Amino acid sequence: MLTKKLATAGLAAAVAVGAIAVAQAQEGQYIPVLSYRTGAYAPNGTPFANGYVDYFQLINERDGGVNGVKFIVEECETGYKTDRGVECYDRLKDKNGGATVLSPWSTGTTYALIEKATNDKIPILSMGYGRTSSADGRVFPYVFNFPSTYWSQATAVVQYIANETGGLEALKGQRFAFIYLDHPYGREPIPTFDILAEKFGFTYDKYPVPPATMTEQKSIWLNIRRTKPAYAIMWGWGAMNSTAVKEAANIKFDMSRFIGNWWSAAEPDVLPAGEGAIGYKGATFNGAGTGYKVFEALKGVSGLKGGDDMGTVLYNRGMVNAAFVVEAVRLAQEKYGKGKHVSGEQVRWALENLDLSAEDVEALGLTGLMPPTTVTCMNHEGTNPAILVQQWNGNAWEIITDWIPAMTEIVRPLIEQDAAQYAQENNITPRDCSA
Amino acid sequence: METLYLIFIDPFVQMVVEPAFLAEVLIGGLMSGVMYSLVALGFVLIFKASGIFNFAQGIFVLFAALNFVGLMDLGVHPILAFVITIGIMTALAFAVDRLVLRPLVNQDPIILFMATIGIAFFLEGFGESIWGGDVRPVRVGIPDAALFWEAGFGEILVQSSDLFAGVIAAFLVTVLALFFHFTPVGRALRAVADDHQAALSVGIPLNNIWVIVWAVAGFVALVAGIMWGAKLGVQFALSTIALKALPVLILGGFTSIPGAIIGGLIVGAGEKLFENYWGVPLLEGATEEWFAYIVAMIFLFFRPQGLFGEKIIERV
Repeated sequence: MLTKKLATAGLAAAVAVGAIAVAQAQEGQYIPVLSYRTGAYAPNGTPFANGYVDYFQLINERDGGVNGVKFIVEECETGYKTDRGVECYDRLKDKNGGATVLSPWSTGTTYALIEKATNDKIPILSMGYGRTSSADGRVFPYVFNFPSTYWSQATAVVQYIANETGGLEALKGQRFAFIYLDHPYGREPIPTFDILAEKFGFTYDKYPVPPATMTEQKSIWLNIRRTKPAYAIMWGWGAMNSTAVKEAANIKFDMSRFIGNWWSAAEPDVLPAGEGAIGYKGATFNGAGTGYKVFEALKGVSGLKGGDDMGTVLYNRGMVNAAFVVEAVRLAQEKYGKGKHVSGEQVRWALENLDLSAEDVEALGLTGLMPPTTVTCMNHEGTNPAILVQQWNGNAWEIITDWIPAMTEIVRPLIEQDAAQYAQENNITPRDCSA
Repeated sequence: METLYLIFIDPFVQMVVEPAFLAEVLIGGLMSGVMYSLVALGFVLIFKASGIFNFAQGIFVLFAALNFVGLMDLGVHPILAFVITIGIMTALAFAVDRLVLRPLVNQDPIILFMATIGIAFFLEGFGESIWGGDVRPVRVGIPDAALFWEAGFGEILVQSSDLFAGVIAAFLVTVLALFFHFTPVGRALRAVADDHQAALSVGIPLNNIWVIVWAVAGFVALVAGIMWGAKLGVQFALSTIALKALPVLILGGFTSIPGAIIGGLIVGAGEKLFENYWGVPLLEGATEEWFAYIVAMIFLFFRPQGLFGEKIIERV
């Protein structure tokens, strides 16, 4: 009899504990963060992670979360390594009621997680990373890469060069250098550059930089000194960028003709080269500095990690990444119940129906910091304005152009072609987005 | 046929047609080699005196540079920061001796090697915990201008920081040579390197000697760290520079200080020449990551002790 009572009491306790655990889990919206604050890529990974977590802290402290649902943010250190990124995903995906959305912050990790996350119904927001063809939402329903893709960026960079040199016709016969991290991320725009080179009649020399020896680029830059390309374009990350900028300055390369992509143009990339980096340019889709309304709101918020990183290119980009997540959660709540915890699947719907106008961005205090974005079932890249070009003046990054559009007529067929191939290889029947 | 032309004819034609580029590649390679040698020297010192291959030497370079530049960022004068960092590296040598080497004395070399791997990972994490992961520029007045030299057959680019590194390496080797030959401690170190048992039998305290040699290796790491930091900024990517020191050691010999220098020069010049004349045209570049290791492996077949290493003869 006693045993039976104990068993009943035990069962009741277990049910109660379980219920409390579920209630606790659903009190907050869980955000796993695959950050890299250690290792060779830490100078870039740290400010980005700081901006991301600080924005959630702002929303939690200032607004009490989204309609009362606070964010539970948990970091997992990846060291920018794909295997550790996958390990972090597996460890965190089911905690606290399940991951709301995952930002892998690595093209390699995104590639590794596409299938897993789709099966787990957890949306991936690979903001500004690969896989580029995941912009085709029919094949990649759970992967989003707005506000722009590498391929769109590549076309916009070439468009910028054309604007500088007298139009697209003037590209004919020109020679460029392409310096890239020899990694899935760095190799991603090559098919686009190949097509652009053929279409517009320019040539380009490829200079891969192995990740293990990315601080050794003397040969590359001696070759560039010899071949004298009209422009050098870089797809780098971490110490590769600062080394390249320094080596370019060493050979007296015209820095105004050296353009990094949006992961190659932040403060850690230019500071080691000192004055030699002045004039270096880079693509971006977010503003730098602290002259935005959101920074006023950050004043007085406790527990912020940003410190000196606040206002840097990557800190601000981390905030933009978080702002997209917060707005997706808000939209999901509007559809599935205000003040309620929303699932990954529900947030996926919201990401796919996100429509942030200029007025919405202004209301968030993020004007100039993030672009207005509209995402659709067909287009997970968003109807974006592609890139801005910024230039390092020795103290700060200055935006020197208006939005430069992507050559969508070139990029979109490539995206659909690559996505169709992926669908075929993985036995995926593309969704019908016309409904 | 075209491939054969690109391998056997074209590179040499290019060298003749563009001698200025050849000179730039060669000088750049030799200067890179000096930088590799600075790292390799620390490995040699420890291996020579204790027979331990210190896997952590690359991290020593990073750790020393991190402390130096971290102290400077706190407002400490560079000379004082240099002195304090030498103190930190000496304390580290003492800690390694007391906490790692002594408990493992008489163990197989592979055990000691594994222990140094542990030291490497600990120091990397410890350094990051203290100083953070930011890139920290080293501003101690090391000349960094690009020099353009008109050589008659073309303009040649030489980096003044590379020349400075060459001078520093030469100075360091001279100081070490004088230290080993003309000071009692240096002579004791050489005695220990020749024969531990014999050195002990004449009263040389082995444990103190190990502390000294690890401290000297720490000093060399500091100099290497400052030179590399001035070039790239002090950052955690520096921890991989040890990868470049390994083929240098295989070529030069694990026990020879001049070997570390000559090995570095061969590796530096060899990889740059190969990359520019064969790697880029034939293999789309990125050959520097593995070229030195292939050369080192081939070298092992013919001279496993390296150019200047001591041949190991074991009597049956």
